[in-house]
Amino acid sequence: MTIKQLSVFLENKTGRINDLTRILGREGINMHAFSMAETPDFGILRLIVSDVERAVEVLRAENFAVMLTDVVCIKCDNEAGALSTILERLSEREIFIEYMYAFADGAQANVVIRPNNVDECVEILNECNCNIMRGF
Amino acid sequence: MIWNPNKECMSRDEMHALQSKRLQKLVTYVYHNVPFYRNKMQEMDIAPEDIRSIDDIVKLPFTTKQDLRDNYPYGLQAAPPSEIVRVHASSGTTGNPTIVGYTRKDLAVWSEVMARCLTAYGVTRDDTFSVSYGYGLFTGGLGAHYGVENLGATVIPTSTGNTEKHIRLIRDLNISGIACTPSYALYLAESLEKMGLDRDDISLRIGAFGAEPWTENMRREIEERLGLKAYNLYGLSEIMGPGVSYECSEQNGSHISEDHFYPEIINPETLEQLPYGEQGELVFTTLTKEGMPLLRYRTKDLCTLMTGECACGRTAVRMGRIVGRSDDMLIIRGINVFPSQVESVILEMQEFEPQYMLVVDRVNNLDTLQVQVEVRRDFFSDDIGRMLNMKKRLADRLKSVLSISADVRLMEPGSIERSQGKGKHVIDNRILK
Repeated sequence: MTIKQLSVFLENKTGRINDLTRILGREGINMHAFSMAETPDFGILRLIVSDVERAVEVLRAENFAVMLTDVVCIKCDNEAGALSTILERLSEREIFIEYMYAFADGAQANVVIRPNNVDECVEILNECNCNIMRGF
Repeated sequence: MIWNPNKECMSRDEMHALQSKRLQKLVTYVYHNVPFYRNKMQEMDIAPEDIRSIDDIVKLPFTTKQDLRDNYPYGLQAAPPSEIVRVHASSGTTGNPTIVGYTRKDLAVWSEVMARCLTAYGVTRDDTFSVSYGYGLFTGGLGAHYGVENLGATVIPTSTGNTEKHIRLIRDLNISGIACTPSYALYLAESLEKMGLDRDDISLRIGAFGAEPWTENMRREIEERLGLKAYNLYGLSEIMGPGVSYECSEQNGSHISEDHFYPEIINPETLEQLPYGEQGELVFTTLTKEGMPLLRYRTKDLCTLMTGECACGRTAVRMGRIVGRSDDMLIIRGINVFPSQVESVILEMQEFEPQYMLVVDRVNNLDTLQVQVEVRRDFFSDDIGRMLNMKKRLADRLKSVLSISADVRLMEPGSIERSQGKGKHVIDNRILK
């Protein structure tokens, strides 16, 4: 029920994200979602891609520092209050969210969540019949 | 004005005789009081009696900073502990700082040579003089301080920090002279301008600058912005501290107090003594020191020595500007920094690859140090907090080892340029115009 997210360490340097996207494009790996967390000198790029194993392999071969992180991806209705209802459930069970990113398109919104306790988070989301994605 | 014409204007023959006598006495003294020197001399098959004149100095062994470190803390001290009245320390590479003990007579000599410097700059009893070198283990503050007192001027021990208060004192107390690093002088000028003041609002007329490399352009800029005349003040803690050599009004090299510090220039590769006028590594022998006398101490500073009587009347050998180093030491904000210190810190933290680069720059007249390190793949984390923590731990550790703060930059593995053979670990962007 979890999805493997790719986390890549990047120096803050013009063109560095492009280096990575070029490699993925060349290898025919599609990106479904990504987000960038930045500090003044480095950033962590978090991506969900079509072929995780292959992406790790090619990026490592190109000297990128890459690691895999378990995240939970859900679909919810693209309407006011929908996400709040879900997050309410998580917080009342003491699930802390380290980071999350989302985008909405049409009637649905896709949300990527990195909770402190992945298994418990999935369990809670299942209990409330949340639409957990098994893949993109 | 000349503080001690008997010594500063001594004829060359008299100086030669005095140095010869003092060297003989020194060699006998260290032979009997410092096992390190006795052993070295015995290995080289030299006895104190073999030293008959200052020209025999080439027979004597050299001393390096590494020797001081290896004999930490008091191994090279010649005087008994009861005779030591003060100790200074300079930052050493990895762990061992350099410890220098002074006897009462050493401090008297130090105040004497500092008074010579100040008098050469034109400081008199009527001046109010601010010492803005750091006070403490560093020799700059206290060394200059007692020189000003010995001369009889009024010393204001401002030390470093709190520049606004300093400027207020310069104005309110009519401070006419200042000793500090040249970069601090520029910082002072900038702070003055930020406060809406300029050179006409202060009455500084003399500046004694040293403890870090500087150039003619910096001299002109300092003189222009602070409205004073800027003089070079050279020294190093192993030999004494500030006051080893000084410029006079001619500003044609710095006069060395040769009756106390005997200078030589050597080829740093062959260690052969070079004639005056040739560029090489500056070496000093402390002719009169009691606490920690040193034979032929290799300063690693590259310069030339000049002879000939100066128009000011002084006869002592003069040293030209320091043009570089024969090792990889950097001077950042007046503090000695060796790349090997950074290396040792990085090697002891498993999160980092053994690759690093020091980037030194000067921003708003203050030196900055950036340390770039590569994070090992296995230690990369998706958690920003953890990464920032890793960065902070390295910064804290560097600060405690280097005594100055460094801006740590975490880099991707493999991103720091690998060089063949001896690694290049320093990019110095400071433009010493």
